[in-house]
Amino acid sequence: MSGFLAGLCVAVLPLLAAGFWLGRRTARPESLGGLGTPVEHATFQTLHTASLAAPPLRAGLTEETARRSARKLRSLLGTDALCLTGTKEVLVWDGVGAHHRTEIMERLAGPLETGRGEAFRLTCDTPDCSVRWAVVTPLTVDDRVHGALVACAPRESAVLVRAAGEVARWVSVQLELADLDQSRTRLIEAEIKALRAQISPHFIFNSLAVIASFVRTDPERARELLLEFADFTRYSFRRHGDFTTLADELHAIDHYLALVRARFGDRLAVTLQIAPEVLPVTLPFLCLQPLVENAVKHGLEGKSDQCHIQITAQDAGAEALVVIEDDGAGMDPALLRRILAREVSPSGGIGLSNVDDRLRQVYGDEHALVIETAVGAGMKITVRLPKYQPGVHPAARPARA
Amino acid sequence: MNSSFAVPAVALVVVATVLVGAFGLRVSRTTSDFYVASRTVGPRLNAAAISGEYLSAASFLGIAGLVLVQGPDMLWYPVGYTAGYLLLLLFVAAPLRRSGAYTLPDFAEARLASQAVRRLAGAFVVGVGWLYLLPQLQGAGLTLTVLTGAPDWLGGVIVALVVTATVAAGGMRSITFVQAFQYWLKLTALLVPALFLILAWQADGAPARAFEEPAAFREHRTVRVQDALALKLERPLTVTVHGTVDGRPHHGTRLLLPAGTHRIDAGTRLSFAPGTPVPAAAGPGADDALSPSRAESRTERPLYATYGLILATFLGTMGLPHVVVRFYTSPHGVAARRTTVAVLGLIGAFYLLPPVYGALGRLYAPELTLTGDADAAVLLLPDRMIGGLGGDLLGALVAGGAFAAFLSTASGLTMAVAGVLTQDVLPARGVRHFRLGTLLAMAVPLAASVLVGGLPVADAVGLAFAVSASSFCPLLVLGIWWRRLTPPGAAAGMLVGGGSALLAVTATMAGFPGGGGAPHALLAWPALWSVPLGFLTMVLVSLATPGRVPPGTAAVLARFHLPEDLRTEATV
Repeated sequence: MSGFLAGLCVAVLPLLAAGFWLGRRTARPESLGGLGTPVEHATFQTLHTASLAAPPLRAGLTEETARRSARKLRSLLGTDALCLTGTKEVLVWDGVGAHHRTEIMERLAGPLETGRGEAFRLTCDTPDCSVRWAVVTPLTVDDRVHGALVACAPRESAVLVRAAGEVARWVSVQLELADLDQSRTRLIEAEIKALRAQISPHFIFNSLAVIASFVRTDPERARELLLEFADFTRYSFRRHGDFTTLADELHAIDHYLALVRARFGDRLAVTLQIAPEVLPVTLPFLCLQPLVENAVKHGLEGKSDQCHIQITAQDAGAEALVVIEDDGAGMDPALLRRILAREVSPSGGIGLSNVDDRLRQVYGDEHALVIETAVGAGMKITVRLPKYQPGVHPAARPARA
Repeated sequence: MNSSFAVPAVALVVVATVLVGAFGLRVSRTTSDFYVASRTVGPRLNAAAISGEYLSAASFLGIAGLVLVQGPDMLWYPVGYTAGYLLLLLFVAAPLRRSGAYTLPDFAEARLASQAVRRLAGAFVVGVGWLYLLPQLQGAGLTLTVLTGAPDWLGGVIVALVVTATVAAGGMRSITFVQAFQYWLKLTALLVPALFLILAWQADGAPARAFEEPAAFREHRTVRVQDALALKLERPLTVTVHGTVDGRPHHGTRLLLPAGTHRIDAGTRLSFAPGTPVPAAAGPGADDALSPSRAESRTERPLYATYGLILATFLGTMGLPHVVVRFYTSPHGVAARRTTVAVLGLIGAFYLLPPVYGALGRLYAPELTLTGDADAAVLLLPDRMIGGLGGDLLGALVAGGAFAAFLSTASGLTMAVAGVLTQDVLPARGVRHFRLGTLLAMAVPLAASVLVGGLPVADAVGLAFAVSASSFCPLLVLGIWWRRLTPPGAAAGMLVGGGSALLAVTATMAGFPGGGGAPHALLAWPALWSVPLGFLTMVLVSLATPGRVPPGTAAVLARFHLPEDLRTEATV
């Protein structure tokens, strides 16, 4: 018997957890229904129905979103049938009398052209069809007609005409918001494109100068450096894809460091600690190299002796933890905050704030750069990269020559 | 058995695990070694790591125990545990890697772009993980009991504490080298004693006995019955009894038990003379014993049970949460395939060993079928067959290996379950929540292992496989190979297939419905009906909701199936 009880416990625990979760997910303001007068109650109900219909419409007017919002809109209007159309065809018909689809589409040509609503009687052969009247109100965004909302009723009703007009205006506002969302997404995409792959021109000049200095004294070394330079620029200037893998990014950093070491020699010491498990992690293209460049710059700044840079990549469950640390001059945190907020432009390059912006755009604010620094205390930059993020896929490696 | 060597061996494994977890095994390198430092994990190393994490208590102890009790039919277990990787290789490995998903919920989201399906997959990951953790804890308890006579629950609690502490502290996450080392440790811990045992067997004149014949005692042996049981005798049996038989107390009386069923109370000691055939335990004498009923339905319906087992293990491997996350370490799809091939080799080699222990156990420790501790056969054999210092040392090696098995599998599972709990179930994110998730991931199976005792380790793992096969196998296979899969279809299929398997499994664990018969067999081996049910529901509901096929399906499937090198041309 105790075995049975124990098994029951095992069965009930996950169910309880699931129930708790579902309850939390589906908690809706119906619980407010008991409060207030009947009028307040009705207001709550209407607002609640409207708020339920809003989220699907925020994704624009498609068959899918129309299907998901039509029932809510119909209960808002309290009609027998409600239909949402595009400019060419019926997107969804909710309720009775779906055989009027083609007729409605034919009669819609006028209102869709003019953008003005109208009400008309429907012709029907079916004797017990309760759909006799249709109220058509176009859905407009920025004076362009995107479709129409059609409410059907057994008889003509001025109230329905008014109500349908109001609901159609509300739907139009949602569609306008959807339009706004789309332009925002396009803006972010454009920003990412503008932000990507900005290697500093100083670096190119300096590298070429260093290579030039080796050409006579050590031609072999100059050749090697030129190849490193070629590899690095090929990686930085590649055109396809916004994302890369940690392994590729580290290789680019290696090429970069080889060129920097040629310039500074023993003054620069770099230690690496890389967990091989995180090498396949996908990350925005050129988002670590600027951090290393920053560490090199700060590390060597105002110091005559050696600078030490540590690069760590750790496996942390569903995330990879990348830390880039230098023991250089550090920075005043207040100044750094203003640089990241783009209130002041830093002396050289826009590396840090650029990387920060891209990380925020791709992974959200909780994956922004974490920087620990103080004047004279070096700088430690931590990046947390999720191993999986929807829509983040590495581009193929460019074919190696 | 003598525990003066075994306990230090177990302690050593535990301490090493904690230390590795605390300090890590990372090597710092300077820039000149950059290429070494940023070299991805090769297929063979990754394969050893997968095998190290995969070979659990069920493989290490359970299979030998089942072979000992029920004979060569049970060889389907090692076959199934291995062949699951063949299907993984053929249908899932490379596309799963190319999907970029780290966990199974990630895959659901990548394929179906639906948060709801993601959460549902998360719930099943947690369910399968808990079911799989349960036998690990039980196995640890059993090992410690056999070694030191400690109470049943202690070993499980130790493993739970060590794993929770190291995982929550952020150590032993998925360090590939450590897990790969675990594989070789486990292989050594079984291989070396097995070689010595075979030598001892040869020296003994290589006695052989057909599996159809009942096992017999080779020497004078006293057996202490721990749980009350019913003894079914087909022939009269002479035995010396200290304790209670058929309700009558005896003190060292020599009894001739007539053919028929006899009830032996707990704590009774039975002494058998050499050459006596080992009597078969007919079933539980007490109401709350669980394990024999499942075995009973297996003897009643061997064909159905075998097919149920085959389907569960063949199709269940691809849905094991701690195996799936390891494929992320492969740099690309082709490497994931190579890794799987290597896993097949490594695991196949390992599984040659447990049946050896099972067969030898049938010869040298047949009384284990009576005491219900058949899973301990692997631990007891070195002492029994070799004895002395050598036997103790080999026994210590086996015990250390067994604990390594519990720790590595349990930590991998806890990681996976805690990750899903943190990400998809608990409210917000953060390190503290991951620790909370770890606690929750371990607390539930620990509580269950204290409450639900007695299911044979390999059987309990088989139940976890059945749930995984009924929920994740349809999701993965249809998700990768069928473009008309829709989110409602996937959700319905997982709920119906996986949910019914989960219910059946829970009912079986709770001992319901008792008494064997067709319903019991159906519930004890659910895979045979729940897997087709899952597939069917997923297909039908998907076909019924053709409008809900996610918009980017063609692009997503192209990414799953095209080799990475071709992706540039496909996406630009």
